[in-house]
Amino acid sequence: MDIVVCIKRVPETAEAEIKVDSSGKDILKERLTFDINESDNYALEEAILLKEKRGGTVTLISVGPPECEDTIRMGLAKGADQAIRVSNEGFGELDGFATAEILKNTIQDLSYDLILTGCMATDDGYSQVGPTLAELLGIPHAVLVTKVDLQDGNARVERELEGGLLEALEIKLPALFAIQTGINEPRYASLIAIRRAAAKEIKVLNAQAIGLERPTLRTRVENLFPPPVGKRAEILKGGAEETSKRLAQIYKSKGII
Amino acid sequence: MDFDLTTDQRMLQKMVREIATKELEPVASEIDQSGEFPWENIKKLAKQGLLGVIVPEKYGGAGFDFISLAIAIEEISKVCATTGVIVAVNNSLAAYPIYQFGNEEQRKKWLPLLASGEKLGAIAITEPNAGSDVASMETTARLEGDYWVLNGTKRFITNGGEAGIYVVFAYTNKELQHRGISAFIVERETPGFSLGKHEDLMGIRATANCELIFEDAKIPKDNLLGEEGQGFKICMHTLDVSRIDIGAQAVGLAQGALDAAISYAKERKAFGKPLSEFEMIQSMIAEMATQIQAARLLVYYAAYCKDKGMSRFSKEASMGKWFASEAAVNATKMAVQIYGGYGYTKDYPVERFYRDAKIMELYEGTSEIQKIVIARSLLK
Repeated sequence: MDIVVCIKRVPETAEAEIKVDSSGKDILKERLTFDINESDNYALEEAILLKEKRGGTVTLISVGPPECEDTIRMGLAKGADQAIRVSNEGFGELDGFATAEILKNTIQDLSYDLILTGCMATDDGYSQVGPTLAELLGIPHAVLVTKVDLQDGNARVERELEGGLLEALEIKLPALFAIQTGINEPRYASLIAIRRAAAKEIKVLNAQAIGLERPTLRTRVENLFPPPVGKRAEILKGGAEETSKRLAQIYKSKGII
Repeated sequence: MDFDLTTDQRMLQKMVREIATKELEPVASEIDQSGEFPWENIKKLAKQGLLGVIVPEKYGGAGFDFISLAIAIEEISKVCATTGVIVAVNNSLAAYPIYQFGNEEQRKKWLPLLASGEKLGAIAITEPNAGSDVASMETTARLEGDYWVLNGTKRFITNGGEAGIYVVFAYTNKELQHRGISAFIVERETPGFSLGKHEDLMGIRATANCELIFEDAKIPKDNLLGEEGQGFKICMHTLDVSRIDIGAQAVGLAQGALDAAISYAKERKAFGKPLSEFEMIQSMIAEMATQIQAARLLVYYAAYCKDKGMSRFSKEASMGKWFASEAAVNATKMAVQIYGGYGYTKDYPVERFYRDAKIMELYEGTSEIQKIVIARSLLK
């Protein structure tokens, strides 16, 4: 079972103060720390678990600058066998489709049974790369995957739907699954594995090497802005029983519970 | 000159930071309040190889350098100084002297146990009547056939109540004064060895700080560490190394206090504006940050000297340990000040940080002892 995992290095924004930069199209990143995209980390763990169960290899691919090599190396330390960084130099701005195109050109020459991606990047939130990549490669896919069981030539997966429903699918391999967070418990790399991974080679490919000088850009960010502060707040009135019932209804309608 | 961490040091830092934030921070306050030894934390860290950071791979360790160990202790201590010192003791006070002064057989026998966390390590120097004045220790060891027979009491032993392997110092020849001290590897199960009083500490409360009692304790002859009479030298050299890690513990704790103070100062409002806009608060933040940075550089430099293979780095280790421990006491004090009344409650971590900091000016040699070491190395 040869598995390709696509990972993205993203700024950690969950608890940081986010400010838009002077271009109005990006955020200020100087003071942010970067890490593997959350759902990609689950995809990586799932790949390593599958490899541990069934043998084979795990290949990591990331499109980005040299700085993302630490993120890639941490993936190697956790158990991936090899890694490719596609240098983003010269590509300019990339959207989901363009990234998928780059990945397609990189992956099409590899032998693989399965491609795993995260279900969404926490920085742009597009959720496009996985499904688009599958389409470009002409293989089936499933998104928001919460369980993967491999059989010979097939995979049985479960995916999350709205309203707490799960859908079970049987999919023919090779296929691509965009993994949902919480599917497993991502491990920490051990110190010995870190030392070995620090010395491992990461294959670097550029536009020419993958035969794609100009990926197709189909979307363009016009501007980024914090949402206007809302004025509407609903104050629940009445006794505890009444208000808690109403609160539960609101939670339910928003999909929180 | 290069201030950048290496790739593996950066990765180690990231991994330890992650495990500290996700696994250690949520239980730090509970551990402090219960005083119960954090075995769960230690097992998790052991799994990642953090109990044998500096132990070479061939003895079951991770084979990192001393700067890496300092970084690891710093990251752990940012959220839990108790766990930080437990890991520091295992690495630099138990595994290190066995690696540095042990024979090949001893290394093979003991280091894998310590590096894997299968047995926890401790060191026993201090006694009820011998703290800074190491040479006034009263514990003795006499050779009887194939055994060394130990008698005496050790006090304030970090990890003491939970360790499985102890490096114990005792006089084998009192007449030779400090040249008559020898070091021994002692197992918990040794007949005649028992635990005494558990200390109820002000800070780092879950470190199983305990008294060790040796009453005709029989130690196999092979467990003599180094040569007979080499104990004082082993002790002083080991303390030079461990002072780097206590310095790192202090840097981590101080950084934890600064991070907490900054985020609180930005959130908390007084007189219509956030605390962070008041110059007296800014002055404290600037002072804390600068002292921490200076402390970190001193500590890393001491570790660098050790990694470079310099035979003497007592001065550098003492400078780092002294400055960092005082920076930690100052930073944690200021953090409580910035939090105001809330900082004095157990609802926030800064009161714990403040209590944890004080020990750093006391153990591994008081601040006064560090100054003596520094001055003597300059004046000799």
